[in-house]
Amino acid sequence: MAEKKKLSLKREPMPRQDPKLRAHNFSEVALGYSPEQAIKEAARCLTCKKPRCVPGCPVEVDIPGFIRWIQEGDFAKAVQTIKATNCLPAVCGRVCPQEDQCEKLCVLAKKGAPVAIGRLERFVADYEAQQGCCVQVPKEVPSTGKRVAVVGAGPSGLTVAGDLAKLGHSVTIFEALHEPGGVLVYGIPEFRLPKAIVQREVDFVKSLGAELKTSFVIGHLQTVDELMDGEYDAVYLGNGAGLPYFMNIPGENLNGVYSANEFLTRSNLMRAYKFPEYDTPIKVGRKVAVVGGGNVAMDSCRTALRLGSEEVLCVYRRSRVELPARQEEIENAEEEGVQFKLLNNPVRILGDDEGWVTGMECIRMELGEPDESGRRRPVPVKGSEFIMDVDQVIVAIGQGANPLVASTTPGLEINKWGYIVADSTTGATSRKGVYAGGDIVTGAATVILAMGAGRDAARAIDAYLREQKGC
Amino acid sequence: MNEIVLKKMLSPEIKLYKIRSPLIAKKRKAGQFVVVRLDQKGERFPLTIADSDPREGTITLVVQEVGMTTKKMGLLKEGDVLWDVVGPLGKPTETEKFGTVVCIGGGVGNAVVYPIAKAMKAAGNRVISIIGARTKGLLILEEENRAVSDEIHVTTDDGSYGKHGFVTDELAGLLKDGLQVDLVVAIGPAIMMKAVCDLTKSHNIRTIVSLNSIMVDGTGMCGACRVEVGGKTRFACVDGPEFDGHQVDFDLLVARLRMYLPEEKRAMEAFEEEVGERLTKQAASDSSAGEDHG
Ligand SMILES: Cc1cc2nc3c(=O)[nH]c(=O)nc-3n(C[C@H](O)[C@H](O)[C@H](O)COP(=O)(O)OP(=O)(O)OC[C@H]3O[C@@H](n4cnc5c(N)ncnc54)[C@H](O)[C@@H]3O)c2cc1C
Ligand SMILES: Cc1cc2nc3c(=O)[nH]c(=O)nc-3n(C[C@H](O)[C@H](O)[C@H](O)COP(=O)(O)OP(=O)(O)OC[C@H]3O[C@@H](n4cnc5c(N)ncnc54)[C@H](O)[C@@H]3O)c2cc1C
Ligand code: SF4
Ligand code: SF4
Ligand code: FES
Repeated sequence: MAEKKKLSLKREPMPRQDPKLRAHNFSEVALGYSPEQAIKEAARCLTCKKPRCVPGCPVEVDIPGFIRWIQEGDFAKAVQTIKATNCLPAVCGRVCPQEDQCEKLCVLAKKGAPVAIGRLERFVADYEAQQGCCVQVPKEVPSTGKRVAVVGAGPSGLTVAGDLAKLGHSVTIFEALHEPGGVLVYGIPEFRLPKAIVQREVDFVKSLGAELKTSFVIGHLQTVDELMDGEYDAVYLGNGAGLPYFMNIPGENLNGVYSANEFLTRSNLMRAYKFPEYDTPIKVGRKVAVVGGGNVAMDSCRTALRLGSEEVLCVYRRSRVELPARQEEIENAEEEGVQFKLLNNPVRILGDDEGWVTGMECIRMELGEPDESGRRRPVPVKGSEFIMDVDQVIVAIGQGANPLVASTTPGLEINKWGYIVADSTTGATSRKGVYAGGDIVTGAATVILAMGAGRDAARAIDAYLREQKGC
Repeated sequence: MNEIVLKKMLSPEIKLYKIRSPLIAKKRKAGQFVVVRLDQKGERFPLTIADSDPREGTITLVVQEVGMTTKKMGLLKEGDVLWDVVGPLGKPTETEKFGTVVCIGGGVGNAVVYPIAKAMKAAGNRVISIIGARTKGLLILEEENRAVSDEIHVTTDDGSYGKHGFVTDELAGLLKDGLQVDLVVAIGPAIMMKAVCDLTKSHNIRTIVSLNSIMVDGTGMCGACRVEVGGKTRFACVDGPEFDGHQVDFDLLVARLRMYLPEEKRAMEAFEEEVGERLTKQAASDSSAGEDHG
């Protein structure tokens, strides 16, 4: 097709569940392209010789490469192309912030709309799943006799484990929770990322030979030193940033105040949305305030709606343009009926005699001078306090580093926020043979960055192990 | 792993389980707990490791049946397997030589205080135990606690065994008689721990309590277990479960423990219906089997 003609093609929209329906069920919102739609969208790609999109992807997926296979209708080859560098395409195609990464840099972005790279990635990954495995598990590689312990079965740990297993190392993943997946299972809800997909990706990593030990907390049951002294030649720390932050305002321990982590963990990991079929309960507020404006806040808002709350308010201290959540998720939330209470900051939570939330006092904010981050700083408007009538509050203002692993690993350097200091290209830490990556190094970031860090570290760990004798 | 190798009834409401869990048995220290999940649909709930046998590779759990999950556990038999057991969690008890340590347990708290008394004794302290229950039939682990104590006092609320009264009455008596105490460890229902703390505060005796707040992960990830100690929010699962009792906001603890009352009731009713049906069916098949033989 001539380039000019290609440029006139419209971006293929994503079919989605009707907002009225989906606001009351936990099934996936985005339904995915049909083969025809995928081929139509793929046709827009210019398969550039020097693709701009690729450097935008933290794991450098060969984007024109896989899209060309879709153009030719060979979806199996398309998946293989992606999986050469990205072992979790069904996840990334769904949750990557493409608009800030690969799609942002696509040449077509300036000329209208970028190629829907994420949707195409998702399409071929789902196609693979439907057809049964069309990617062959790499032939058994000779064992190197080296053993690596991976702490945490989130996207970062799974990536390291998969890559090292492919290289012939013997890998054990230690996961604190009873299910692998990290934030993908306890944080991101079913309606955005079905758990069956995470399970499939975990199974793929296991099929490469990695062993998984769940309900195994490193720092308690064994320390990093014990792993290194014992069976393992190297350790990768991918334990994430799972410590919930609170606002430190009065009333925050009242009944009906949740951290987003607890709220989402109950609903996702423990399946409380199916209570009492599943045993874990969850409180369903009538009128719920979710404090924060990131992806975690959007997930909390939309989960509350689906559990049956009548009204859900997203309370954020800056304005709409500063909302850190993905644009697509903000729009989804709004369509489903989430109300945005922008430029408001909570100052205290009010409760009754029995200790239950009855309201939240907020102060209005206005935007002042830009701060270090370049965003205009929100400043309180004096005397503008008012009471928001809510009976449940979900605090989604961010997560930090859980100190357990670092505090039980002497000599491991951490920064002032408690994150592990690691080389940005190799993941090497201050301890020989100990590598780290993902949220525990960068602070809460993205799935694909956590995977990218895992890939880089796997390369470095492989080199380190091969340097040692007897490999 | 995780199979029940021994199940024993300690009182009508309290059962003891030995669970095969060799790694935890080797690692755990007094004061630590595990989080258990009974089956795929089960909730995660915390239980103190009352004892362990590293050679045999077992840990001991003592469980009071208060609601759906603990009752469901009560239906398990020797040889059955717990779906998940994760631990050892929480900070171990600080066990150094303090001098005279009074260990106070109420109800199932006697199981939680037992490993601490044992560790305190091993650390060279003089251990005086005060254990109590509502009535004689509910008193547990008397012999175990006795074996690790230099002196033991038993109370029942109804006077059916030991001294008539509360554990706090007994402690007040000992203090009145001039007993010099360096540390008190008090574990039981929140009201009991609060009463002990009120008493020891006036005598200026350092007091450690173990808080049984509601938990989910048990690793510091969710904040469900929030308690206030010294005006600060702490996570009981990682900062505790033991805290300086004089600093604990017990009213908050009690209020937060009531958070899921309606849901717990609903779960219990559904469970009783299900179990009721199962038991009736079982009874029916048992009696028909009986007829065959007869
Ligand atoms: C609600 C929510 C929504 C999000 N939405 C998006 C999105 O749309 N797009 C996106 O790109 N990113 C999103 N993110 C961020 C993204 O999920 C994370 O950046 C990513 O998961 C980090 O991966 P990780 O492997 O470093 O850590 P995690 O995913 O946090 O995994 C760490 C794992 O380590 C385990 N662990 C921790 N401590 C121990 C220990 N001591 N021993 C053993 N195991 C341990 C944990 O249980 C966990 O399973 C979201 C995050 C949240 C919370
Ligand atoms: C660190 C710690 C150690 C504990 N050790 C023991 C022990 O050794 N033996 C023992 O019998 N009990 C122990 N408990 C209490 C035990 O976890 C609860 O009794 C149990 O979870 C109740 O579940 P249920 O479904 O049977 O009852 P429910 O009907 O759910 O609840 C009955 C009451 O138990 C409390 N509770 C409910 N869910 C939880 C939860 N997830 N975590 C904590 N408390 C809850 C609430 O106060 C509730 O009102 C401990 C608790 C903690 C935090
Ligand atoms: S992995 Fe993410 S960033 Fe990379 S191409 Fe796929 S959607 Fe884009
Ligand atoms: S996705 Fe965009 S930048 Fe990448 S190859 Fe296609 S047209 Fe070029
Ligand atoms: S139980 Fe989740 S943080 Fe303590």
